[in-house]
Amino acid sequence: MDPMEAIKATFFQECDELLADLETGLLALEHGEGEADTVNAVFRAVHSVKGGAGAFGLEALVRFAHVFETTLDALRKGELEATGEVLRPLLRAADRLADHVASAKQGIEPDPAADAPVISGLEALLGAGADTATEEAPVFDFKPVGLSLEGGFAPIALASLEEPAWRIVFAPLDRMYRNANEPLLLVRELARLGTTQVRVGLDRLPRLEALDPLTACLDWTVELSGTDIAEAAVRDVFEFVEGDCELTIESLQARSTEEGDLSLEAILALAGLGEAEPMPLPEAAEPIPAPLHAPPIAASLQSVIPVPVQPQAPQSPVAVDDQLRTPASEPVAHTTIRVDLERVDRLIDLVGELVINQAMLNQQVMESGVARSSNIALGLDDLEQITREIQDSVMAIRAQPVKSVFQRMPRLVREVAAMTGKEVRLITEGEGTEVDKTVIERLTDPLTHMIRNAIDHGLETPEDRIRAGKPREGVIRLSAQHRSGRIVIVVSDDGRGINRDRVRAIAVERRLIEADAVLSDEEIDNLIFAPGFSTADTVSDISGRGVGMDVVKRSIQALGGRITILSRPGEGSTFTLSLPLTLAVLDGMVVSVGEQTLVVPITVIVETLQPKASDIRLLGPSGAVVSVRGAYVPLIDVGVALGWPTSSADSGVTILVESGPGEMAALRVDAIQGQRQVVIKSLEQNYDQVDDIAAATILGDGRVALILDVDALISRRRRGLSSSAAPSGQTLLQAS
Amino acid sequence: MADASDIRRELIAFRIGEQRFGVDIRTVREIRGWSPATPLPQAPAYVKGVINLRGTVLPIVDLGARLGLGSTVPTARHVIIVARVGMKTVGLMVEAVSDILTVAEADIQPTPDVSCDTVRMFVRGLIALEGDMISMLALDSLLPDANLADAA
Repeated sequence: MDPMEAIKATFFQECDELLADLETGLLALEHGEGEADTVNAVFRAVHSVKGGAGAFGLEALVRFAHVFETTLDALRKGELEATGEVLRPLLRAADRLADHVASAKQGIEPDPAADAPVISGLEALLGAGADTATEEAPVFDFKPVGLSLEGGFAPIALASLEEPAWRIVFAPLDRMYRNANEPLLLVRELARLGTTQVRVGLDRLPRLEALDPLTACLDWTVELSGTDIAEAAVRDVFEFVEGDCELTIESLQARSTEEGDLSLEAILALAGLGEAEPMPLPEAAEPIPAPLHAPPIAASLQSVIPVPVQPQAPQSPVAVDDQLRTPASEPVAHTTIRVDLERVDRLIDLVGELVINQAMLNQQVMESGVARSSNIALGLDDLEQITREIQDSVMAIRAQPVKSVFQRMPRLVREVAAMTGKEVRLITEGEGTEVDKTVIERLTDPLTHMIRNAIDHGLETPEDRIRAGKPREGVIRLSAQHRSGRIVIVVSDDGRGINRDRVRAIAVERRLIEADAVLSDEEIDNLIFAPGFSTADTVSDISGRGVGMDVVKRSIQALGGRITILSRPGEGSTFTLSLPLTLAVLDGMVVSVGEQTLVVPITVIVETLQPKASDIRLLGPSGAVVSVRGAYVPLIDVGVALGWPTSSADSGVTILVESGPGEMAALRVDAIQGQRQVVIKSLEQNYDQVDDIAAATILGDGRVALILDVDALISRRRRGLSSSAAPSGQTLLQAS
Repeated sequence: MADASDIRRELIAFRIGEQRFGVDIRTVREIRGWSPATPLPQAPAYVKGVINLRGTVLPIVDLGARLGLGSTVPTARHVIIVARVGMKTVGLMVEAVSDILTVAEADIQPTPDVSCDTVRMFVRGLIALEGDMISMLALDSLLPDANLADAA
């Protein structure tokens, strides 16, 4: 059944896209940004999921989606208004729908109990909205949509057009379970033979109080469709439970099928057939090309099969009208190819080498005294241009917007908010910011954890918030932007901030610090990153046990990133993640500091200056500022900061950098060599992270140059100036 | 099972000052000449810096300094033993490689209990050879501990 599996995989892929669209649409509606089209898009998303699910016989999913769809239809018709009260249950339903899809993907039965509250929420909406939203209404309403679409959706057409070949009624006896047989496995085995429609019989199921756990009270009816399924094959499935169950196997289709294998062509051919047929057949008794060996069954069969325009078909009206409508929102085909990631990475490595080699070649040619205007030099310029373009294009293959991670967060927020009884609004910004695929993949867990923490520990309950003079609803902000050739992701809340006394007390209790340690506020805040630290008074389900911010920190560091925290009591906390764009190249300014060459990312540089000695003023025992057009900006001597000997302080060049929004600093270096694109090489791969250094690169002369981490340099410097007691605290942290 | 005396090991042997050392040849990737290293800020004194090894950034450890035998001023005569340590590749700067030795497992004596930390950290056994003593080095803890480096 390989083609079928492949189609199913495509279906689930589409589901993921559709679910994402659904959520995006609902959120837009919630924020009042929706248009009429948004409602339609949302409706279509649910509808398509339902249609596909029907084709694969995912009944629980279809049932749930149907209720959801009915509610959305009311919204579409204007019977419901897109207010917060309406959208909240809809969002919950979207989450639940995603659960259903996830269960179906894993081939497990979803928990029916979880549907109940969601469905009742939806039904409540319908009751409150319009009485006209009856079950039948959508059926008629949708038909034109389906008919307007040509071609059809292959898997659905397949399932709808294939007549079930066998009906298997299977009722296990008690002893079958005692012999450790599992009906699920048998049903799955059947599913391997063809497409199955499984119904469970609950007739014999007693009330809970009368239930004897050792008796078997379920039976299953499986309708198996597919070509060339021999009875022996079906019997073989039940070989080992023979005598342990009641089994009837009926043939529903006596003719031998000529379709042959389930190749895609065959499926498409079947789909074509489907288009020819939807002419209203006079009655269900119209001849169907199937010799009717078992007349009573065949009669019922006719009403289920290829009469798609007859929604009244008794068995499954839902499935029938689905098959018609599903193609409605078939997404426009993207022209993409799937490539093994390893190949892309190999390509990226090679291009990196190419860039370095090109730079080396360039340097050697220039050193050989060739004139700048010579053909060789001009040719090299072209080569440089092309190399650069190749590199950009190759990097773009791996870059993806952070949207895929951010998208998961609204649901998380809703769930955690519901669990904690808090009211939370999530604001996301910069979803389109691109970063390497690996970074995106490995961001999900830390971000999930941080957002959970922010809601669970950061935000107050609505009552507490009102008492504190804040709005009931807490705000979690999640933003991404490029800065200094890195991606900066900020998670902030407007909650109570870090309770420093408590953090300190816990740290002492857990022996992370000595009781008399002198720590700055910032150092106390940073204690939450210490291994084994957890501030929750009681270990809650939400923030997990034991795995705290230290895990977050480690996973961010493993990506070559940094995490910092800024907390204001009563105002909230802000976590800032700064991550490399990995593998990415960097436009840098190559500078000399003492005998060493450093690269400063061009993105942070505002301008370069050659200040007069009178522009530089000492500030305090070791600090200095430089006057830039009348404004004093802190001056950092890079050589001193990195512990390298430099030339005398009054010579040299100053690079004005922006370290944060509106935050300026000046870096003093000995000389500027030029501007160059450099390939980022990891220091962590063979060594470790180095403070103030973002990464390394290889220059034209083949030597390694370090890339300065300007943000870290400035923030460390600021910290160093603000807390003279730092060493004691840090030593203690180290000892832990 | 083969007798312990049958299992033979090959060691790359070198000299630091008056003492002779050896590392298991299976951990050694290549031996190359000295090239000037780019120093790393805030690195321990025994980390000479990093060099470019065909596109990867390779940290260079002054093995003499690491073993507490005094730091070396690198010259063109020095060599770098490129060795695999755990998941990382590290260059060990030594004066010269003297030999490749084959020793039987049985000839490797356990390190006697001495108070010196560096010996406990690095020396995994002693080999008596032609009246000379060779310390067999284990390289696992050559680089600064990741966690300590982070906190510093």
